[in-house]
Amino acid sequence: MRIERALPLLAVTLSIFIAWYLACIPMNAVLTTPKVAAAGGGLANTLTFSWNEARPVLPAPHQVFREIWNTTFAVEPWSIKSLIYHLWITLSSTLVGFVMGGLLGIILAIGIVHVISLEKSLMPWVIASQTIPILAIAPMLIVVLGKTGLPDIFTKASISTYLCFFPVTIGMVKGLRSPDVMQQDLMRTYNASSAQTLWKLRLPASLPFLFASLKVSVAIALTGAIVAELPTGAVSGIGARLLNGSYYGNTMQIWAALFVAAFAAAILVWLLGEMERQSLKRMGAKA
Amino acid sequence: MAAQVVSAQDLGLTFQTGDGAVEALSKINLAVTEGEFVSFIGPSGCGKTTLLRAIANLEVPTSGTLTVNGMSAEQARLARAYGYVFQAPALLPWRKVDDNVRLPLEIMGLDDVAGRVSRNLELVNLAGFEKKFPWQLSGGMQQRVSIARALAFDPHLLLMDEPFGALDEIVRDKLNQQLLELWARTKKTIVFVTHSIPEAVFLSTRIIVMSPRPGRIIDVIDVDLPKQRKLEIRETPEFLKIAHRVREGLKTGHSYED
Repeated sequence: MRIERALPLLAVTLSIFIAWYLACIPMNAVLTTPKVAAAGGGLANTLTFSWNEARPVLPAPHQVFREIWNTTFAVEPWSIKSLIYHLWITLSSTLVGFVMGGLLGIILAIGIVHVISLEKSLMPWVIASQTIPILAIAPMLIVVLGKTGLPDIFTKASISTYLCFFPVTIGMVKGLRSPDVMQQDLMRTYNASSAQTLWKLRLPASLPFLFASLKVSVAIALTGAIVAELPTGAVSGIGARLLNGSYYGNTMQIWAALFVAAFAAAILVWLLGEMERQSLKRMGAKA
Repeated sequence: MAAQVVSAQDLGLTFQTGDGAVEALSKINLAVTEGEFVSFIGPSGCGKTTLLRAIANLEVPTSGTLTVNGMSAEQARLARAYGYVFQAPALLPWRKVDDNVRLPLEIMGLDDVAGRVSRNLELVNLAGFEKKFPWQLSGGMQQRVSIARALAFDPHLLLMDEPFGALDEIVRDKLNQQLLELWARTKKTIVFVTHSIPEAVFLSTRIIVMSPRPGRIIDVIDVDLPKQRKLEIRETPEFLKIAHRVREGLKTGHSYED
């Protein structure tokens, strides 16, 4: 990356870290004030104690990064202490939910585009489904699905599916309808069947819309998988780490889990972006 | 006598719009025989494109009868009786040139796909451009690809809706000449929509002059120029006389306005 492009990113990152370090001082004051006073006061003592509290309210960045290091590279990757293990648990259900949600979204969109009555009857439900707070519905879904005897991963993934079919449906309905009137007339002059029109015209035309939707979906699929781990009191997964951290007031563990989850989401979105670039290039996109 | 390819009696087509009914076509009587090159000419709103779309069964007439190849327009469309060239190339941007020409062949499940593609691309002088994407070609070349695509499944009737309307004068002249050569070689029946007088006179064996509100035919002109035409023919008195008659027809059609 050229320096001109990296500079704004660096500046923003730097400002965030500065704000973060500064915020640690008032946030941890309730813990540090007596210790600073005992040590004789002064700015140097304030900073040292604020940034190195063993059980801080707000951990400093370097504490979070040390926690990440200690729970990823410093332990066996498949031990219960390892964030990599927990991330994999969450990620696997994210991916299962994402694939199911993506397929569900595409199938719904194809139905809506081809059957006029489906648009009228289905679309309100699709939209209503997203107005229900996921935190309210997740415990019910998990309990109900848990009773069906499905493997746990599908139960958890159902929350991701629930969240991520929606952007795909909306994007694909638009994408499948994106061919212009002339292209649709062209297919009519060939007496093409709906299936042929779908396969040769509508689906290829919808691909850019699909990728835009999938990038949104994969990020919320991860959120869904984390949320799904909360009501069950799961012992493994990023959600379990968050829950565990908040039970024991271990903020560093919470922050470390959040960072790793955010990093994983960024990787997933980037991967989809690469797939998008490759497939659009093969479909003749300019450069 | 040659077979009738298109025949219309008392054809009418009324669109229902928010502002009430619009009579796009009124009392159209038309017969196109095999091997003819017939042009519809007229100002915008005269129904020339609507008439072509009705022949293609992309619009449905509200009165009168219309037959294509002796069948109803719908049966003709279902039998894939015609190739249609639109105002814009309407190529699928994700398909390379040869794949675009291949599209109707895939849909219709025809054989000799490779042979048909290469023959028709050669016919429009685009051999060697098979592996280009549409955006890599000029507008005129893209339109030639769409003509090759319309001819790919070898329909006897070619319907063309202002195919060169968006192109500049020089490219249009060249394509007009190529189209005449193509017509002479393939012996297709061509129905052609245009709003350019020289284009209509240069290409056609017969010109149908149309006028708006309601869309109707106001003059039918037989063009008795030789079948083999060079661009220079446009300077001859015979050519100018026919062009003049078309212009007069268009003028009378407009006289009630303003």
